[in-house]
Amino acid sequence: MTASAIEVRGLHKHYGQHEVLKGIDFHVDAGQVVCVIGPSGSGKSTLLRCVNRLEEPSAGEILIEGVDICDRRTDLDEMRSRIGMVFQQFNLFPHLSVLKNLTLAQRSVRGRAKEEAVEVARQNLAKVGLSEKESAYPAHLSGGQQQRVAIARALSMNPDMMLFDEPTSALDPELVGDVLAVMKELAREGMTMMVVTHEMGFAREVGDKLVFMDDGIVVEEGRPAEVLSHPQHERTRSFLSKVL
Amino acid sequence: MGVTRRQRALLVQTTLYVVLAAAVVALALVADWPVIRENFWNSGGIGWADGNWGDLITIGMVNTVKYTAIAFAGGLALGLVLALMRLSPVAPYRWLATAYVEFFRGLPALVVMIFMSTGLPIAFGWTPPGGTVGAGLIGLIMVAGAYMAETLRAGIQAVPKGQTEAARSLGMRPGATTVKVVLPQAFRIVIPPLTNEFVLLIKDTALLFLLGAAANERELTSVAKDFLTSGPSAGTATSLIQAALLYLAITLPLTQLVAWLERRQRKAVR
Ligand SMILES: Nc1ncnc2c1ncn2[C@@H]1O[C@H](COP(=O)(O)OP(=O)(O)OP(=O)(O)O)[C@@H](O)[C@H]1O
Ligand SMILES: [Mg+2]
Repeated sequence: MTASAIEVRGLHKHYGQHEVLKGIDFHVDAGQVVCVIGPSGSGKSTLLRCVNRLEEPSAGEILIEGVDICDRRTDLDEMRSRIGMVFQQFNLFPHLSVLKNLTLAQRSVRGRAKEEAVEVARQNLAKVGLSEKESAYPAHLSGGQQQRVAIARALSMNPDMMLFDEPTSALDPELVGDVLAVMKELAREGMTMMVVTHEMGFAREVGDKLVFMDDGIVVEEGRPAEVLSHPQHERTRSFLSKVL
Repeated sequence: MGVTRRQRALLVQTTLYVVLAAAVVALALVADWPVIRENFWNSGGIGWADGNWGDLITIGMVNTVKYTAIAFAGGLALGLVLALMRLSPVAPYRWLATAYVEFFRGLPALVVMIFMSTGLPIAFGWTPPGGTVGAGLIGLIMVAGAYMAETLRAGIQAVPKGQTEAARSLGMRPGATTVKVVLPQAFRIVIPPLTNEFVLLIKDTALLFLLGAAANERELTSVAKDFLTSGPSAGTATSLIQAALLYLAITLPLTQLVAWLERRQRKAVR
């Protein structure tokens, strides 16, 4: 049996006395799209950020393609370069043009020559439908365009998997669709994805698995249609009744 | 019917203007203009060909700008190292940098400059390079570095955490993240306060006068001071007025530039 793309075992995280993750076990198989939902403060972002160790887990194991990323011998930066991450607030580099945003890490981390980096960047810009914006600066793009650039930036590293933390929550409603379309296309191409989202339609349409979190634990998980239509737990039911 | 608030305000304002006008007129009548002119704008010193301007500009002002540039560049380099040390995960670096900054911000620059040019040679028999001017500049750099470290640290901390997180999540190493992502943004933020720092340094180079310098190494204040007792306007304050004008010719555009940069930045934030 080959290792899961992401495997989380007994993950705990606390800030001081405050325990945010209280023993999480779950996995994402290669090529799967796993959506994580749950109320605000339930620990979704914390979980996602532990996966590439932007947050330090307090206890438990996180295996990326079978490699323990908390092991001291693991080259964390090399692992991170294979895990694309997309943030709610885009976090594009405002002092660099769109093209430079996409080539910076390729050159600095992958050591690609300029021509190669630019070529890869242009391919990914085309993919998110923003080829004509390569010399624009982030401040001159709409939120939806910025988020698509952020996705293209992550893709330019040729990651094995992508993490999304509420990628459409900061967007005006009419811009959400463009970003979701890009993500659906990625899913269709077989990208392994872990997506924290409130977009139940997206979860139902492209998700292979839906994980419902509340108060630092995974309350239930299963096929999205199944969980959304027949939630097994009272907490899931009451959450879904509020958001659907 | 009494006076309205508006009328009262108008009355107060008019009174203030009248008082001011009276004071100006009285001053103009009482003042002995020929004597004032003789002492503060003496015809001997203000000629272009034979007056004080030549030395004031080609020696004094040129050296002032040169020394300021050196002190600024040195202070910036030192300040950057100190700022990065203060933000280092390694605690002893933080302690060292904090101690340095607190120590040198708490001292008059002049004390440090005299220490470098006179104290060190007396205590250790070692003279810093560049003579008294070089020693004084090193002292100035040591103090300026402490101030700039704080400015730069604030700038670095003003860069949103998400920027670092985005760079690190792409696999960029801490050093590359700092150099390529954080510092370029931090420098943009601190351009106005750094320009202010530059203006302060222009004025601080006048302290070099107290250390003494060879004739062609003198900065603006030293040259002006020497013209008080020698040259075509000796015995009058003319050269000081001229030096003041030259200082303002450099500092006023810079302070205006700072104000403009700050206005623009405030607009950009909105
Ligand atoms: N750096 C931190 N220090 C202290 N507490 C934190 C920190 N980061 C998160 N928390 C706490 O951890 C809990 C979970 O936060 P998290 O951001 O993971 O929730 P979330 O499920 O992503 O919520 P949201 O839907 O609002 O994004 C919250 O109670 C939050 O206050
Ligand atoms: Mg969150």
